[in-house]
Amino acid sequence: MKLLVPVKRVVDYNVKVRVKSDQTGVELAGVKMAMNPFDEIAIEEAVRLKEKGVATEIVAISIGVTQCQETIRTALAMGADRGILVETEASPEPLAVAKILKAIAETEKPALIILGKQAIDDDMNATGQMLAALLGWPQGTFASKLAIEGGTATVTREVDGGLETIALTLPAIVTADLRLNEPRYASLPNIMKARKKPIAVMKPADLGVDPAPRLTTVKVTEPPKRLAGKKVGSVAELVEKLRNEAKVI
Amino acid sequence: MAVLVLIDHEKGLLKQPSRSAIAAAAKLGEVHALVAGGEEAGAAAVAATKLPGVAKVLKVESAIYAHALAEPLAALLVTLAPGYTHLLAASTAVGKNVMPRVAALLDVQPISDIAEVIDADTFVRPIYAGNALATVKSSDAKKVITVRAASFDPVPAEGGAAPIEGIGDAGDTGVSRFVSAELSKSERPELTAARVVISGGRGMQNGDNFALIDPIAEKLGAAVGASRAAVDAGFVPNDYQVGQTGKIVAPELYVAIGISGAIQHLAGMKDSKVIVAINKDEEAPIFQVADYGLVADLFTALPELKAELERA
Repeated sequence: MKLLVPVKRVVDYNVKVRVKSDQTGVELAGVKMAMNPFDEIAIEEAVRLKEKGVATEIVAISIGVTQCQETIRTALAMGADRGILVETEASPEPLAVAKILKAIAETEKPALIILGKQAIDDDMNATGQMLAALLGWPQGTFASKLAIEGGTATVTREVDGGLETIALTLPAIVTADLRLNEPRYASLPNIMKARKKPIAVMKPADLGVDPAPRLTTVKVTEPPKRLAGKKVGSVAELVEKLRNEAKVI
Repeated sequence: MAVLVLIDHEKGLLKQPSRSAIAAAAKLGEVHALVAGGEEAGAAAVAATKLPGVAKVLKVESAIYAHALAEPLAALLVTLAPGYTHLLAASTAVGKNVMPRVAALLDVQPISDIAEVIDADTFVRPIYAGNALATVKSSDAKKVITVRAASFDPVPAEGGAAPIEGIGDAGDTGVSRFVSAELSKSERPELTAARVVISGGRGMQNGDNFALIDPIAEKLGAAVGASRAAVDAGFVPNDYQVGQTGKIVAPELYVAIGISGAIQHLAGMKDSKVIVAINKDEEAPIFQVADYGLVADLFTALPELKAELERA
């Protein structure tokens, strides 16, 4: 059984992003980039399925600038078998990404595609659901547990107020939430081995997809700053302030 | 043309974020509310008729929708889409699961988690976990939107009198099936809907100590949350988690107890109206966003707080 795992190159989660003064976006020049953390969890889950003998091949896909090759190499070092880079100048929107992934899925014919539940840059939380829709496949989003047996994926999902378990007929889409697993660090020998694994490079046009965006960014601004308030000396003073000054209790 | 809001409901009751979605939708046109569900759909539809600003409630009662599975629910929304300019839902687990699927079926780029409506095409939404706000303009003829509940005051639960129109189901795709649910049993309000939230962090030291928060939460009608550190340490289940990777909350009062204030936690609560921090480390970053800070050992402060609240 073949698995596809799309991986996105994003600003490293430890970086505090800064809005550009001309309000066209956030500062990306010289900023450390890394694999989207939820995508790392998706790759890890795929590798575990391969280690259990459920999956036979893992294909990591990234869409964007040439440097996305590095993100694919990280996935290969974690245990993916080969990569596909769909080269574009900018990072396309989830709709275009889903169309590109659909075209790849139609050629590769995987039984399962695991994605991160959302990218930590645009926070759209959409690509997995959209890909499922375009392929006409069922979706198990925000997964904290995944089991494959026969032609069924049993997915435990993180929902408001608890967990929900659903059964999906394969082929299916699963999006990874934080609890699904703890991703491994790639070992040095595996990083070396990953350099020899193949990465195919293509363009959206090769897949018949127009990546033109539907959303125009009018501006990007900083959220209103919160100022530190005052220190109170005792619990009694705190309760008094909350009652009479803030009037929230 | 009108706008359609998918209502998230449970046990015949409307989830509060859906009332915020109605408030956002009211800025875009005449609001129709869609209530799809199993046997509980009837009660939820009646509750939806009472929401001020709702002009019509569409009700579909069918076992197909009993568990809000994305596949049949998206198919239903697609059949209704031709009559509407905008399709909205609150950014709840259901809304986030279903709406992008609807958007893809309509060849539309969804606009997730909007925090402000500028005009019919233009919306403000947080990116980078709320560290920046993007104003985006959609060129799609139809808009598919999820609404960040914390950014819109919910419409009242009572005051409206909309008619109910029963409609048929759109069939089941048969590729997904509900197996079971394991919902946390709590008498308390849900984190994202609570007026007051009290969260504990690593400073709580263990899960048993969260019992110190319980009577205070009880007294204030508060939901109890936690930082990712407390969740990762196994003190409390993951659905307690407030932060970038957990729930985003914006209550009137947020009380952070034994929480240092990592960026990832601040992203989940910094829009709260009043923030209180209790921490014994006076250098903790949480004090930089707190309106009221108390440098104290939580194990003495919590019992004192309980006593102080009980006194009045």
